[in-house]
Amino acid sequence: MTNIPKKLFYSATHEWVRKDEDVLTIGITDHAQTMLGDLVYVELPEPETGFETGQECAVIESVKAAADIYCPISGEIVEVNEELLQNPQVINQDPYGKGWLFRLRPFENDFTNKLLNADQYTKQVASEAH
Amino acid sequence: MGKKTPLYDNHLAANAKIVDFAGWDMPLHYGSQLKEHNQVRQDAGLFDVSHMTVVDLSGKDVTAYLKHLLANNVAKLTPNKALYTCMLNEQGGIIDDLIVYKISDTDYRLIVNSGTHDKDLAWLKKQIQSFTVTITERTDVAMLAIQGPKVKEKIKTLFPEALELKPFHFIKLDDTFIARTGYTGEDGFEIILPKTKAPAFWDQLVSLGIAPCGLGARDTLRLEAGLNLYGTDMDEKVTPLESNLTWTVAFEPKERDFIGRSALEKQQQAGVKQKLVGLVLEGQGVLRNHQRVIVENIGEGEITSGSFSPTLNKGIALARVPAETLDKCLVEVRGQRLTATVIKPPFIRQDKKSLVGV
Repeated sequence: MTNIPKKLFYSATHEWVRKDEDVLTIGITDHAQTMLGDLVYVELPEPETGFETGQECAVIESVKAAADIYCPISGEIVEVNEELLQNPQVINQDPYGKGWLFRLRPFENDFTNKLLNADQYTKQVASEAH
Repeated sequence: MGKKTPLYDNHLAANAKIVDFAGWDMPLHYGSQLKEHNQVRQDAGLFDVSHMTVVDLSGKDVTAYLKHLLANNVAKLTPNKALYTCMLNEQGGIIDDLIVYKISDTDYRLIVNSGTHDKDLAWLKKQIQSFTVTITERTDVAMLAIQGPKVKEKIKTLFPEALELKPFHFIKLDDTFIARTGYTGEDGFEIILPKTKAPAFWDQLVSLGIAPCGLGARDTLRLEAGLNLYGTDMDEKVTPLESNLTWTVAFEPKERDFIGRSALEKQQQAGVKQKLVGLVLEGQGVLRNHQRVIVENIGEGEITSGSFSPTLNKGIALARVPAETLDKCLVEVRGQRLTATVIKPPFIRQDKKSLVGV
């Protein structure tokens, strides 16, 4: 079974969001990494760049396919996970931990109502698996 | 729900991710495609390739029939030898690529692709004409491939007879057919045996340390080895001369009248306009099928098979480009033009595991 931690928020496009103080950490879900398979290449955004909600901000590629990463909440990138550039498979091994993609400072404080909670995301994954 | 090979339950038991491949439910991987790829390059891997079509041909005219049917010449074969060849239409377009195994002057076996099953069998029958040839599709057999540098060591007590086989040679041991062939660029064997025996045989090979590998790894392995995939790198719209397969066409002896010959000769006289080459991306990234290739001051081409080479840790591809293309080109990747080096495949060779030609 796919792992969907209760404490995180999710986008419909399979990114997860965690709030640490005033910064959000973003990655892709366990379900997304399973669907993509072994990841071999990651392109991350430049720090200090701003992105709108839903804007393409990174690319991850597996042997099989390329996937765009959409910024789940508008904000400015403050840090990216450089380790992934050398070792993209960290995302497969630990999607919610060492496999985080980037951190951003959101432009708006109240973002949770724009995202899915774990139950809602679980339902979405189930409905895609028809 | 697609067709299932006799090994379907073995795949499920090994946690395979099953996908559709040419109407068959086949294992894509058993957890990690990269791990399986490396397993074959460094150790020994096991593939279910029972979806492929096995056809036996017999009759007093079968040699003459195959000399007419195939672009390579079966007259090169002695019993227990095999040959890679294209089967062409009158325009020189590739109907399929296949391996032909000579059992005797009156008995041969063909292994053709699964995606082309129906049209291949129709073409084989159509070309019988006045030849005395019987065509029998062997739906009663399964086919496994065991590939990798340590395969020989692992099967030495199971099939001591197979160890002495040279590449592209085969033997029949009772109801088991063992050929020293493959689609990975590694040493290994392809084994055809009765369906009923396949599940237990699979388990036996696994117990010898030959690990199950899926079609995902098979694809990156064959790409690194520079082996074309039918339907992707070539089809009926291109000839072997445009597909890096000129070496498989036997133009000598001149009097052999094989299907497609006159079209290929005309193409040669007019000059072949495009060629199939290997591309290695200079920077980081992954190449993909159908990406546009730009050859400055010469023209454009297209990637036919693009992927990521786990062995080289680089994006690699087969691409059809203008014949004048030299050693560099640009590939359009998500709006950016990235530089790639043009090589003659393969990308890696057995025992070297290094980049060839760069």
